[in-house]
Amino acid sequence: MLRKPLFVLISILILSMALAACSGAAPTAAGPTEEAAPPDTGATTTEAVGEAPGGEPEAQPPAASGQIVERVRSRGTLVCGSRTDLAGFGYLKDNRNVGFDVDLCRAVAAAVLGDPEAVEVVNLSAAERGPALQTGEVDILSRNTTWSTVRDAQWGNFTWIMFYDGQGFIVPADSGITSIEDMDGATICVTSGTTTELNLADAFRQRGLDFEPVTFEDTASVYGAYEEGRCDVATSDLSQLASVRSGFADPEAHVILDITISKEPLTPAVPSGDDVWFDIVKSVMFGLINAEEYGVTQANVEEMKNSDNVEVRRLLGTEGDWGQSDLGLDPDAMARVIAAVGNYGEIYDRYMGPNGDAFTLDRGLNRLWTEGGLIYAPPLR
Amino acid sequence: MATRSEILLPPAPPRPIVWLRQNLFSSPFNSLLTVLSLAFIIWILNAALRWVLLQADWSIVFNHPLLYAVGQYPREALWRVGINLTLLSLLIGASWGCLGRALRLFSLLYAAMLAVGILWPAQFETLTLTMRLALAANIGVMGLGYLAGRRPFVTGRRLVLSWLAALAIALVLLSGIPGAPLLPLVPTGLWGGLMVTLILAVGGIVLSFPFGVLLALGRRSSLPVVSIFSTIFIEIVRGVPLIGILFLASLILPLFFPPDVRFDRLLRALAGLTVFSAAYTAENVRGGLAAVPRGQEEAAMALGLNRYQVLTLIVLPQALRIVIPPIMGQFVSLFKDTTLVSGIAVLELLAVGRSVLGANPEYVDQQAEMLLFVAAVFWFFSYLMSYASQRLETALGVGER
Amino acid sequence: MTAEQPTYPPVSLRSQIPFWRDERVLRILAQVVSAILITGFVVWMVRNVIITAQQRGLSLGFRFLTQSAGFPIGESLIPYDPSMSFAYAFFVGVLNTLYVSSLGIIFATILGVFAGIARLSSNWLVSKLAQVYIEVHRNIPLLVLLYLWHSAVFLQLPRVQESIVWPGPVYLNQRGLYMTWPRLTETGQPFVIGFAAGLILAAVVWVLLSRLQTARGGNTHYVLISLVVLAVCTAAGWIISGGNPIALDVPELRGFNFRGGMHLSPEFAALLVGLVTYTSAFIADVVRAGIQAVPRGQVEAARALGLNYRQALSLVIMPQALRVIIPPLISQYLNLTKNSSLAAFIGFTELFFIGKTTINQAGRALQVILLVMAVYLVISLFTSLIMNLYNRRVQFVER
Repeated sequence: MLRKPLFVLISILILSMALAACSGAAPTAAGPTEEAAPPDTGATTTEAVGEAPGGEPEAQPPAASGQIVERVRSRGTLVCGSRTDLAGFGYLKDNRNVGFDVDLCRAVAAAVLGDPEAVEVVNLSAAERGPALQTGEVDILSRNTTWSTVRDAQWGNFTWIMFYDGQGFIVPADSGITSIEDMDGATICVTSGTTTELNLADAFRQRGLDFEPVTFEDTASVYGAYEEGRCDVATSDLSQLASVRSGFADPEAHVILDITISKEPLTPAVPSGDDVWFDIVKSVMFGLINAEEYGVTQANVEEMKNSDNVEVRRLLGTEGDWGQSDLGLDPDAMARVIAAVGNYGEIYDRYMGPNGDAFTLDRGLNRLWTEGGLIYAPPLR
Repeated sequence: MATRSEILLPPAPPRPIVWLRQNLFSSPFNSLLTVLSLAFIIWILNAALRWVLLQADWSIVFNHPLLYAVGQYPREALWRVGINLTLLSLLIGASWGCLGRALRLFSLLYAAMLAVGILWPAQFETLTLTMRLALAANIGVMGLGYLAGRRPFVTGRRLVLSWLAALAIALVLLSGIPGAPLLPLVPTGLWGGLMVTLILAVGGIVLSFPFGVLLALGRRSSLPVVSIFSTIFIEIVRGVPLIGILFLASLILPLFFPPDVRFDRLLRALAGLTVFSAAYTAENVRGGLAAVPRGQEEAAMALGLNRYQVLTLIVLPQALRIVIPPIMGQFVSLFKDTTLVSGIAVLELLAVGRSVLGANPEYVDQQAEMLLFVAAVFWFFSYLMSYASQRLETALGVGER
Repeated sequence: MTAEQPTYPPVSLRSQIPFWRDERVLRILAQVVSAILITGFVVWMVRNVIITAQQRGLSLGFRFLTQSAGFPIGESLIPYDPSMSFAYAFFVGVLNTLYVSSLGIIFATILGVFAGIARLSSNWLVSKLAQVYIEVHRNIPLLVLLYLWHSAVFLQLPRVQESIVWPGPVYLNQRGLYMTWPRLTETGQPFVIGFAAGLILAAVVWVLLSRLQTARGGNTHYVLISLVVLAVCTAAGWIISGGNPIALDVPELRGFNFRGGMHLSPEFAALLVGLVTYTSAFIADVVRAGIQAVPRGQVEAARALGLNYRQALSLVIMPQALRVIIPPLISQYLNLTKNSSLAAFIGFTELFFIGKTTINQAGRALQVILLVMAVYLVISLFTSLIMNLYNRRVQFVER
């Protein structure tokens, strides 16, 4: 009576063992056509490879690839992971995606595809940005994301810091709070799943203070609750606080404290596994910064192509090679970028400058290194 | 004993005073209850009406009709949505004509909904005269459909097929064909609002139905492998919350497939909803299959039909008729559950409302208005569908021989 | 003349059926094929996961659970601080889920039974009120209801400085409900032990004495004796603990918030109220269907025997109705437990929300999701088991 099911079970076992054995032996042989490149950063590779169940580390083929570049070119659009709800960085204006982060994506699209409008902005929540980058669903993550070692190890490769930020606090103007010590026992609203949350816990623990956390997953709920009075304080990156404050019903009734409790370097990131793509995006970022250094703007890019400065000519592709041929870009890729979105300073001023579309935030650490800030890029040569 | 020669009429409905006494004041306890209930109703109605008419500011609802309806769909491509709406009106009219009184209230309420759209209190820049006229034309199209539906060539089977065909056409129209000059691709990231809610709900039910039937048949199968696998699948999917399955679909689906395959977000949400709904449908269908008397199967086999014919010709038709009420209930439930996809960044109606709330500081105190509007829309559709399903049951003769 | 022995055809008729039409072979073949297909599909998917994980440097182990979580959790039944591990944070989440689910089940049942019976009331107004309540809550999505309760009701309460004060003292404001709550002092342990021991002893005494009464008749006063046992044990615990086991914790406004007492946050309250009202509408429907499933003749016979309506309800109708009510009721309980995962949208830190936060902070999306779903699955399977046991016990034994 038991023979039939037993026979079936045994055959299933044998078959699955056979299949598992076949798959364990040569995943790269039968797998997707691109070579399996080891994670580019090199950090915690031992943990990553060692934990993959049943997989002995096969001999890794050399990390070259370019599969993301091919994918982007064949698709014809750049998939940019960003957001649509943060004024200044990624938001909607007349049904069009604009913002500092979105403009960085447009810059990359201009360089690689020749068309800054060939960008598909995917709205990602804080919970999804990591997995979206890990699975390669987006080609570039430009969503005011802090560069941290854990994220670099797990999510992908972080390119170049484009916004030096720090974590701060916003309080009602009449609350009388001026320092962290004043916040002992306060209720603090924070977005869950961010470095902000961790820094907050660390800062208070270090000072021996205590607080009641109220966490929400989406930014709108956090600041909505703060505005209602559910919390005494809200905390986030200073740029985000400035952005959100401009959207309050009465911005003057809230003040952003002059405290910074952490470093928040906001950096665009790319999925790991493609060095060429990594270098391309980095180069575009370098180009934006160098353009501001040399004084190349959206308005004068055409005439600057014939500038006396040899570095400018090299940047804009009139002569020389800053590596664009190795990366597979046209010589005038950078010129297209500047013509499309302007240089770093122009992008910043467009949204957060004195006549900024969203709000005004002093550049502070985001000035060029020649003006006392931290914005500095390797030379393009 | 004399027999009566006149027909006895049923007793006349009681005069109002008698009715009041019977129903509301029949005992001291009852009278107390009546008084308390009346007080409660008066208090609530007073507070609610005062709030709705005097204090509430409905501008968050009235100023953005297109956002609530279609999200960020490019405004120059709205004619495609218009064609879909016309198809829908035509088919609703045809179904009304074919099925008769069962769908009368449903169709009239649909027309009322279109009328609300026509009379929407927004400025003409947001909801242009052309759009309003188009909505009015749809009422006429529905009438035409009704007249056509009454003709004999419109049978039930053709109706079902045309609904399915319309669904496919609608999806193609909305998403566009790469390379076609008139139908440029519109990425699903731009779709939003009530349109997405309806697509997810209808698509979910239509797709989950065949899977559900297969799973139910698998569970009842005498082959242990198929039966065990189906049971495990159904129990696992029914045992986890829908938001967990949606999350799995959204975050992990790309991992399960080769890295080159890129999954559309809407598709992931649809896949999650389909899998979830299929498991529940499977349980409903299983109940229906069990309710078909075993004698039917045996008689069919005695007549010489093979297993496959028994299933498709005898058992399934009877089972599916029994199962229509729970399936409609499942549809209503799925319709309400589409709100959960806002957790995986698909902008359906509720998510659109919340994003309008968050993006505009002038609406900061209007959460209640927006939420009540969304609740009202969902209530209207759900109640309508439950009502239509009850009428469909009687029209299709469920429960009768 | 002896009858001829009938000759039978050779036994090997069966073996004359061709191999490919023999049903036993076909069945085995079908199962093998489907097994291959299913396991093949699963193996292919698993292989893809491993390849993608290796390519992108994702780790697939569970060792991250021992790392320190780092994030604060707003509400926790057990002491928690950010330096504890992810596993501990998960545990806090599981406890929160169970807490809100069990409270929700209790209140939803009470409200649902009440609404179901009201729906069947002979008072037209009461019946209509119940119908409106049920229809409203069955046709709007739970998420909308939760948002409504959270942002349109609980967050609109007055600010902390202007709290509503009720006798107790109980304070109600937009940051929650603060109640005076008993608290165990340091000497209070013997009291708790005494009370617990008293409960157990009283239960044992109750069962024994009631069985004795059923078997032998007479009156063993089992209720009174068990209560006395409970009181004696509790008093003993009180005396041993020195007479001061319980102190009252009174909430006081200190700085920004109230400290002390029991605190129910608006997120918790919104989740609980939303779940209770939503599920109670479905429970009311189940109860109504159950009561209506009892044949009308039972009610009439009960009335004919002289029972009044309340006695008929509790002695005749409800026991029969319960048989029909319990299975769908338990599946509604399950729905409530699963629906508590929506707390992530309104900020109550139950299991799913903590899972999402962990995905963000630790990056292991696949493992965390599988873990969270496994917990829910265990809860569901356990509940289904209980329901099946109950069903088997009360099933009608058909002729």
